[in-house]
Amino acid sequence: MGDTITETLAVEVWRGRDEGQFETFEVPHRESQTVLDVVTWIQRNAEPALAYRFACRVGMCGSCAMTVNGRPRWTCRTHVSEVLDGGRLRIEPLANLPRIKDLVCDLTPFFEKWQTARGRFEPSATRHDPMVPVSTESPERRAADAGIECINCAVCYAACDVVRWNPDYVGPAALNRAWTLVNDERDGDRNGVLQAVSQAGGCHSCHTHASCLEHCPVGLNPTAGIAGLKRLTALAAFGGGD
Amino acid sequence: MIGDGIVRASRNHAGFWAALAHRLSGLALICFIPLHFLALGLAIEGEAKLDTMLAWSDNPLVKISEWGLVVLLALHLGLGLRVLALEWLPWRDPRKGLIAIGAGGAVVVGLVFALNLAG
Repeated sequence: MGDTITETLAVEVWRGRDEGQFETFEVPHRESQTVLDVVTWIQRNAEPALAYRFACRVGMCGSCAMTVNGRPRWTCRTHVSEVLDGGRLRIEPLANLPRIKDLVCDLTPFFEKWQTARGRFEPSATRHDPMVPVSTESPERRAADAGIECINCAVCYAACDVVRWNPDYVGPAALNRAWTLVNDERDGDRNGVLQAVSQAGGCHSCHTHASCLEHCPVGLNPTAGIAGLKRLTALAAFGGGD
Repeated sequence: MIGDGIVRASRNHAGFWAALAHRLSGLALICFIPLHFLALGLAIEGEAKLDTMLAWSDNPLVKISEWGLVVLLALHLGLGLRVLALEWLPWRDPRKGLIAIGAGGAVVVGLVFALNLAG
Protein backbone atom coordinates (compact mmCIF):
# COMPACT_ATOMS: atom_id res chain seq x y z
CA MET A 1 0.00 0.00 0.00
CA GLY A 2 1.09 3.58 -0.59
CA ASP A 3 1.22 6.55 1.72
CA THR A 4 -1.69 7.58 3.86
CA ILE A 5 -3.56 10.40 2.06
CA THR A 6 -6.16 11.26 4.68
CA GLU A 7 -6.35 10.19 8.25
CA THR A 8 -9.13 7.61 8.23
CA LEU A 9 -12.16 6.28 6.40
CA ALA A 10 -15.45 5.62 8.17
CA VAL A 11 -16.41 2.14 6.99
CA GLU A 12 -19.78 0.59 7.79
CA VAL A 13 -19.67 -3.19 7.60
CA TRP A 14 -22.62 -5.56 7.87
CA ARG A 15 -22.32 -7.87 10.88
CA GLY A 16 -24.57 -10.86 11.35
CA ARG A 17 -26.74 -12.89 9.02
CA ASP A 18 -30.24 -11.85 7.89
CA GLU A 19 -30.62 -10.22 11.28
CA GLY A 20 -27.74 -7.96 12.15
CA GLN A 21 -26.51 -4.39 12.03
CA PHE A 22 -23.83 -2.20 10.51
CA GLU A 23 -20.69 -1.73 12.58
CA THR A 24 -18.51 1.28 11.86
CA PHE A 25 -14.73 0.99 11.73
CA GLU A 26 -12.12 3.70 11.36
CA VAL A 27 -9.66 2.50 8.72
CA PRO A 28 -6.46 4.26 7.57
CA HIS A 29 -6.99 5.68 4.09
CA ARG A 30 -4.14 4.98 1.71
CA GLU A 31 -3.38 5.72 -1.89
CA SER A 32 -4.47 3.03 -4.41
CA GLN A 33 -6.33 1.23 -1.64
CA THR A 34 -8.95 -1.30 -2.75
CA VAL A 35 -12.17 -2.15 -0.95
CA LEU A 36 -10.73 -5.62 -0.29
CA ASP A 37 -7.69 -3.95 1.32
CA VAL A 38 -10.10 -2.12 3.64
CA VAL A 39 -11.96 -5.30 4.63
CA THR A 40 -8.68 -7.15 5.16
CA TRP A 41 -7.35 -4.30 7.34
CA ILE A 42 -10.47 -4.50 9.51
CA GLN A 43 -10.20 -8.28 9.86
CA ARG A 44 -6.49 -8.15 10.75
CA ASN A 45 -6.47 -5.08 12.97
CA ALA A 46 -9.92 -4.42 14.39
CA GLU A 47 -12.26 -7.40 14.22
CA PRO A 48 -10.65 -10.85 13.76
CA ALA A 49 -14.09 -12.51 13.74
CA LEU A 50 -15.18 -10.64 10.57
CA ALA A 51 -16.16 -13.20 7.91
CA TYR A 52 -15.45 -12.42 4.27
CA ARG A 53 -14.28 -14.34 1.24
CA PHE A 54 -11.42 -13.77 -1.20
CA ALA A 55 -8.74 -15.80 -2.95
CA CYS A 56 -6.71 -14.42 -5.86
CA ARG A 57 -6.84 -10.63 -5.15
CA VAL A 58 -6.27 -9.91 -8.84
CA GLY A 59 -9.72 -10.19 -10.43
CA MET A 60 -9.54 -13.77 -11.63
CA CYS A 61 -11.32 -15.97 -9.10
CA GLY A 62 -14.57 -14.05 -8.59
CA SER A 63 -14.81 -14.84 -4.88
CA CYS A 64 -14.55 -11.37 -3.30
CA ALA A 65 -17.71 -9.72 -4.68
CA MET A 66 -19.67 -7.63 -2.16
CA THR A 67 -22.15 -4.78 -2.17
CA VAL A 68 -20.24 -1.51 -1.89
CA ASN A 69 -22.27 1.64 -1.33
CA GLY A 70 -25.33 -0.09 -2.76
CA ARG A 71 -23.76 -1.59 -5.90
CA PRO A 72 -22.36 -5.10 -6.37
CA ARG A 73 -18.65 -4.97 -7.17
CA TRP A 74 -15.50 -7.09 -7.25
CA THR A 75 -13.76 -5.63 -4.23
CA CYS A 76 -10.20 -6.62 -5.14
CA ARG A 77 -10.26 -4.41 -8.25
CA THR A 78 -12.40 -1.59 -6.88
CA HIS A 79 -10.39 1.37 -5.66
CA VAL A 80 -11.80 3.09 -2.59
CA SER A 81 -11.27 6.47 -4.24
CA GLU A 82 -13.68 5.49 -7.06
CA VAL A 83 -16.58 4.56 -4.81
CA LEU A 84 -16.40 6.81 -1.74
CA ASP A 85 -19.73 8.46 -1.02
CA GLY A 86 -19.14 11.58 1.05
CA GLY A 87 -15.99 10.06 2.48
CA ARG A 88 -17.85 6.97 3.63
CA LEU A 89 -18.01 3.32 2.62
CA ARG A 90 -20.82 0.89 3.33
CA ILE A 91 -20.00 -2.76 2.69
CA GLU A 92 -22.64 -5.52 2.66
CA PRO A 93 -22.89 -9.06 1.32
CA LEU A 94 -24.17 -9.55 -2.23
CA ALA A 95 -27.92 -9.19 -2.71
CA ASN A 96 -30.20 -12.01 -3.95
CA LEU A 97 -28.22 -14.75 -2.19
CA PRO A 98 -28.65 -16.39 1.24
CA ARG A 99 -26.37 -14.83 3.83
CA ILE A 100 -24.06 -17.00 5.91
CA LYS A 101 -22.18 -14.54 8.12
CA ASP A 102 -21.12 -10.92 7.81
CA LEU A 103 -19.97 -10.44 4.19
CA VAL A 104 -20.17 -14.09 3.12
CA CYS A 105 -23.05 -15.42 0.98
CA ASP A 106 -24.04 -18.95 0.09
CA LEU A 107 -23.49 -19.29 -3.66
CA THR A 108 -25.23 -22.68 -3.89
CA PRO A 109 -28.40 -21.34 -5.60
CA PHE A 110 -26.25 -19.41 -8.07
CA PHE A 111 -24.40 -22.54 -9.21
CA GLU A 112 -27.46 -24.79 -9.05
CA LYS A 113 -29.08 -22.48 -11.57
CA TRP A 114 -26.14 -23.02 -13.94
CA GLN A 115 -27.16 -26.69 -13.89
CA THR A 116 -30.82 -25.76 -14.42
CA ALA A 117 -29.81 -23.79 -17.52
CA ARG A 118 -27.80 -26.84 -18.63
CA GLY A 119 -24.61 -24.83 -18.35
CA ARG A 120 -22.27 -27.81 -18.69
CA PHE A 121 -20.42 -28.97 -21.78
CA GLU A 122 -21.74 -32.18 -23.36
CA PRO A 123 -19.01 -33.76 -25.47
CA SER A 124 -19.86 -34.78 -29.01
CA ALA A 125 -16.71 -36.87 -29.43
CA THR A 126 -14.36 -38.97 -27.32
CA ARG A 127 -10.65 -38.56 -26.73
CA HIS A 128 -10.09 -41.28 -29.29
CA ASP A 129 -11.72 -39.28 -32.08
CA PRO A 130 -9.64 -36.90 -34.19
CA MET A 131 -9.49 -33.27 -33.04
CA VAL A 132 -12.35 -31.24 -34.50
CA PRO A 133 -11.09 -28.10 -36.25
CA VAL A 134 -12.90 -25.02 -34.96
CA SER A 135 -12.65 -21.81 -36.94
CA THR A 136 -11.95 -18.84 -34.70
CA GLU A 137 -13.54 -16.62 -37.35
CA SER A 138 -17.02 -18.18 -37.45
CA PRO A 139 -19.84 -15.97 -36.05
CA GLU A 140 -20.79 -18.72 -33.57
CA ARG A 141 -17.25 -19.04 -32.22
CA ARG A 142 -16.95 -15.25 -31.93
CA ALA A 143 -20.22 -15.15 -29.97
CA ALA A 144 -18.99 -17.92 -27.67
CA ASP A 145 -15.60 -16.25 -27.21
CA ALA A 146 -17.32 -13.00 -26.20
CA GLY A 147 -18.94 -14.72 -23.23
CA ILE A 148 -16.48 -17.31 -21.95
CA GLU A 149 -14.39 -15.13 -19.66
CA CYS A 150 -17.01 -15.16 -16.89
CA ILE A 151 -15.32 -15.44 -13.47
CA ASN A 152 -18.50 -16.61 -11.65
CA CYS A 153 -18.44 -13.68 -9.24
CA ALA A 154 -22.28 -13.41 -9.09
CA VAL A 155 -22.17 -9.62 -9.43
CA CYS A 156 -24.67 -9.81 -12.32
CA TYR A 157 -26.91 -12.12 -10.29
CA ALA A 158 -26.88 -9.66 -7.36
CA ALA A 159 -27.61 -6.70 -9.66
CA CYS A 160 -30.50 -8.35 -11.52
CA ASP A 161 -34.02 -7.10 -10.76
CA VAL A 162 -35.65 -10.24 -12.19
CA VAL A 163 -33.60 -12.48 -9.86
CA ARG A 164 -34.88 -10.32 -7.00
CA TRP A 165 -38.51 -10.64 -8.15
CA ASN A 166 -38.60 -14.22 -9.41
CA PRO A 167 -36.82 -16.92 -7.38
CA ASP A 168 -37.05 -19.34 -10.33
CA TYR A 169 -35.15 -17.08 -12.73
CA VAL A 170 -31.78 -18.68 -13.46
CA GLY A 171 -30.04 -15.34 -13.84
CA PRO A 172 -27.64 -13.68 -16.27
CA ALA A 173 -24.51 -15.73 -15.55
CA ALA A 174 -26.21 -19.10 -16.13
CA LEU A 175 -27.81 -17.84 -19.34
CA ASN A 176 -24.52 -16.34 -20.52
CA ARG A 177 -22.97 -19.78 -20.00
CA ALA A 178 -25.83 -21.41 -21.93
CA TRP A 179 -25.29 -18.89 -24.76
CA THR A 180 -21.61 -19.86 -25.05
CA LEU A 181 -22.63 -23.55 -25.25
CA VAL A 182 -25.25 -23.14 -27.99
CA ASN A 183 -22.55 -21.37 -29.99
CA ASP A 184 -19.96 -24.08 -29.33
CA GLU A 185 -20.00 -26.41 -32.31
CA ARG A 186 -18.28 -29.12 -30.24
CA ASP A 187 -21.21 -29.34 -27.80
CA GLY A 188 -23.28 -32.47 -28.40
CA ASP A 189 -26.63 -31.27 -27.08
CA ARG A 190 -27.26 -27.70 -28.14
CA ASN A 191 -30.99 -28.32 -28.54
CA GLY A 192 -30.99 -29.56 -24.94
CA VAL A 193 -29.58 -26.19 -23.87
CA LEU A 194 -32.29 -24.36 -25.80
CA GLN A 195 -34.95 -26.53 -24.19
CA ALA A 196 -33.49 -25.89 -20.73
CA VAL A 197 -33.41 -22.10 -21.16
CA SER A 198 -36.95 -22.06 -22.63
CA GLN A 199 -38.51 -23.27 -19.38
CA ALA A 200 -40.18 -21.00 -16.83
CA GLY A 201 -37.45 -18.94 -15.20
CA GLY A 202 -35.31 -19.15 -18.35
CA CYS A 203 -34.24 -16.54 -20.89
CA HIS A 204 -37.79 -15.30 -21.58
CA SER A 205 -38.08 -14.06 -17.99
CA CYS A 206 -35.43 -11.40 -18.67
CA HIS A 207 -36.82 -7.85 -18.80
CA THR A 208 -33.76 -6.41 -20.60
CA HIS A 209 -32.92 -3.87 -17.89
CA ALA A 210 -29.27 -4.61 -18.73
CA SER A 211 -28.12 -4.35 -15.11
CA CYS A 212 -25.89 -7.39 -15.75
CA LEU A 213 -24.20 -5.59 -18.62
CA GLU A 214 -23.92 -2.44 -16.51
CA HIS A 215 -22.26 -4.20 -13.58
CA CYS A 216 -20.21 -7.07 -15.05
CA PRO A 217 -16.69 -6.39 -13.75
CA VAL A 218 -14.98 -8.11 -16.67
CA GLY A 219 -17.04 -6.31 -19.29
CA LEU A 220 -19.13 -9.21 -20.55
CA ASN A 221 -22.53 -8.65 -22.09
CA PRO A 222 -24.98 -11.22 -20.70
CA THR A 223 -27.91 -9.11 -21.95
CA ALA A 224 -26.83 -9.72 -25.55
CA GLY A 225 -26.43 -13.44 -24.91
CA ILE A 226 -29.88 -13.67 -23.32
CA ALA A 227 -31.35 -11.81 -26.30
CA GLY A 228 -29.60 -14.31 -28.56
CA LEU A 229 -31.16 -17.20 -26.62
CA LYS A 230 -34.57 -15.55 -26.94
CA ARG A 231 -34.12 -15.34 -30.72
CA LEU A 232 -32.90 -18.93 -31.08
CA THR A 233 -35.66 -20.39 -28.88
CA ALA A 234 -38.33 -18.34 -30.67
CA LEU A 235 -37.03 -19.45 -34.08
CA ALA A 236 -36.93 -23.06 -32.85
CA ALA A 237 -40.54 -22.76 -31.68
CA PHE A 238 -41.54 -21.64 -35.17
CA GLY A 239 -39.57 -24.47 -36.73
CA GLY A 240 -36.65 -22.32 -37.81
CA GLY A 241 -34.05 -23.86 -35.49
CA ASP A 242 -31.88 -26.85 -36.21
CA MET B 1 -28.47 6.18 3.35
CA ILE B 2 -25.17 5.56 1.60
CA GLY B 3 -25.61 4.31 -1.95
CA ASP B 4 -29.35 4.96 -1.96
CA GLY B 5 -30.81 7.84 -3.95
CA ILE B 6 -34.26 7.94 -5.52
CA VAL B 7 -33.72 4.32 -6.50
CA ARG B 8 -31.38 1.57 -5.35
CA ALA B 9 -27.84 2.41 -6.47
CA SER B 10 -27.53 -0.77 -8.54
CA ARG B 11 -30.59 0.32 -10.56
CA ASN B 12 -29.39 3.83 -11.27
CA HIS B 13 -28.43 3.37 -14.93
CA ALA B 14 -29.93 4.20 -18.30
CA GLY B 15 -31.34 0.71 -18.99
CA PHE B 16 -33.36 0.68 -15.80
CA TRP B 17 -34.70 4.21 -16.28
CA ALA B 18 -35.70 3.36 -19.86
CA ALA B 19 -37.55 0.24 -18.68
CA LEU B 20 -39.28 2.26 -15.94
CA ALA B 21 -40.32 5.00 -18.39
CA HIS B 22 -41.62 2.35 -20.79
CA ARG B 23 -43.76 0.75 -18.09
CA LEU B 24 -45.05 3.92 -16.46
CA SER B 25 -46.00 5.41 -19.85
CA GLY B 26 -47.82 2.14 -20.61
CA LEU B 27 -49.73 2.32 -17.32
CA ALA B 28 -50.66 5.96 -17.97
CA LEU B 29 -51.96 5.01 -21.42
CA ILE B 30 -54.05 2.24 -19.87
CA CYS B 31 -55.67 4.90 -17.67
CA PHE B 32 -56.59 6.88 -20.81
CA ILE B 33 -58.19 3.99 -22.67
CA PRO B 34 -61.52 4.07 -20.72
CA LEU B 35 -61.88 7.77 -21.63
CA HIS B 36 -61.15 6.93 -25.25
CA PHE B 37 -63.87 4.25 -25.27
CA LEU B 38 -66.25 6.67 -23.55
CA ALA B 39 -65.76 9.16 -26.39
CA LEU B 40 -66.34 6.44 -28.97
CA GLY B 41 -69.46 5.30 -27.11
CA LEU B 42 -70.85 8.85 -27.15
CA ALA B 43 -70.40 8.94 -30.92
CA ILE B 44 -72.65 5.89 -31.19
CA GLU B 45 -75.27 7.41 -28.90
CA GLY B 46 -75.77 10.54 -30.95
CA GLU B 47 -74.31 13.63 -32.51
CA ALA B 48 -75.26 16.04 -29.70
CA LYS B 49 -73.46 14.18 -26.93
CA LEU B 50 -70.35 13.78 -29.06
CA ASP B 51 -70.38 17.50 -29.95
CA THR B 52 -70.61 18.35 -26.25
CA MET B 53 -67.62 16.14 -25.56
CA LEU B 54 -65.66 17.63 -28.48
CA ALA B 55 -66.46 21.16 -27.25
CA TRP B 56 -65.20 20.18 -23.81
CA SER B 57 -62.02 18.86 -25.40
CA ASP B 58 -61.24 22.38 -26.70
CA ASN B 59 -60.55 23.39 -23.10
CA PRO B 60 -56.84 24.40 -22.85
CA LEU B 61 -56.26 22.01 -19.95
CA VAL B 62 -57.59 19.16 -22.07
CA LYS B 63 -55.32 20.26 -24.92
CA ILE B 64 -52.33 20.14 -22.59
CA SER B 65 -53.44 16.69 -21.44
CA GLU B 66 -53.72 15.64 -25.08
CA TRP B 67 -50.16 16.80 -25.61
CA GLY B 68 -49.06 14.74 -22.61
CA LEU B 69 -50.90 11.77 -24.00
CA VAL B 70 -49.17 12.08 -27.38
CA VAL B 71 -45.78 12.33 -25.67
CA LEU B 72 -46.53 9.27 -23.53
CA LEU B 73 -47.65 7.34 -26.59
CA ALA B 74 -44.50 8.32 -28.51
CA LEU B 75 -42.33 7.44 -25.50
CA HIS B 76 -44.00 4.08 -25.08
CA LEU B 77 -43.69 3.35 -28.79
CA GLY B 78 -40.06 4.48 -28.98
CA LEU B 79 -38.92 2.54 -25.91
CA GLY B 80 -40.96 -0.49 -26.99
CA LEU B 81 -39.22 -0.47 -30.37
CA ARG B 82 -35.96 -0.27 -28.45
CA VAL B 83 -36.79 -3.52 -26.62
CA LEU B 84 -37.69 -5.19 -29.91
CA ALA B 85 -34.41 -4.00 -31.43
CA LEU B 86 -32.41 -5.24 -28.43
CA GLU B 87 -34.07 -8.62 -28.53
CA TRP B 88 -34.29 -9.25 -32.27
CA LEU B 89 -31.35 -7.48 -33.89
CA PRO B 90 -27.72 -8.52 -33.59
CA TRP B 91 -26.06 -5.93 -31.36
CA ARG B 92 -23.21 -5.55 -28.95
CA ASP B 93 -23.68 -2.38 -26.96
CA PRO B 94 -25.82 0.31 -28.54
CA ARG B 95 -28.31 0.39 -25.67
CA LYS B 96 -27.77 4.01 -24.69
CA GLY B 97 -28.01 5.07 -28.32
CA LEU B 98 -31.33 3.25 -28.64
CA ILE B 99 -32.62 4.85 -25.45
CA ALA B 100 -31.61 8.26 -26.80
CA ILE B 101 -33.40 7.55 -30.10
CA GLY B 102 -36.55 6.37 -28.29
CA ALA B 103 -36.71 9.24 -25.81
CA GLY B 104 -35.54 11.81 -28.39
CA GLY B 105 -38.23 10.64 -30.82
CA ALA B 106 -40.85 11.21 -28.11
CA VAL B 107 -39.56 14.75 -27.53
CA VAL B 108 -39.68 15.51 -31.27
CA VAL B 109 -43.23 14.17 -31.56
CA GLY B 110 -44.21 16.23 -28.50
CA LEU B 111 -42.72 19.41 -30.00
CA VAL B 112 -44.40 18.85 -33.36
CA PHE B 113 -47.75 18.27 -31.65
CA ALA B 114 -47.29 21.36 -29.44
CA LEU B 115 -46.40 23.51 -32.48
CA ASN B 116 -49.43 22.14 -34.30
CA LEU B 117 -51.65 23.09 -31.34
CA ALA B 118 -50.12 26.57 -31.19
CA GLY B 119 -50.52 27.00 -34.94
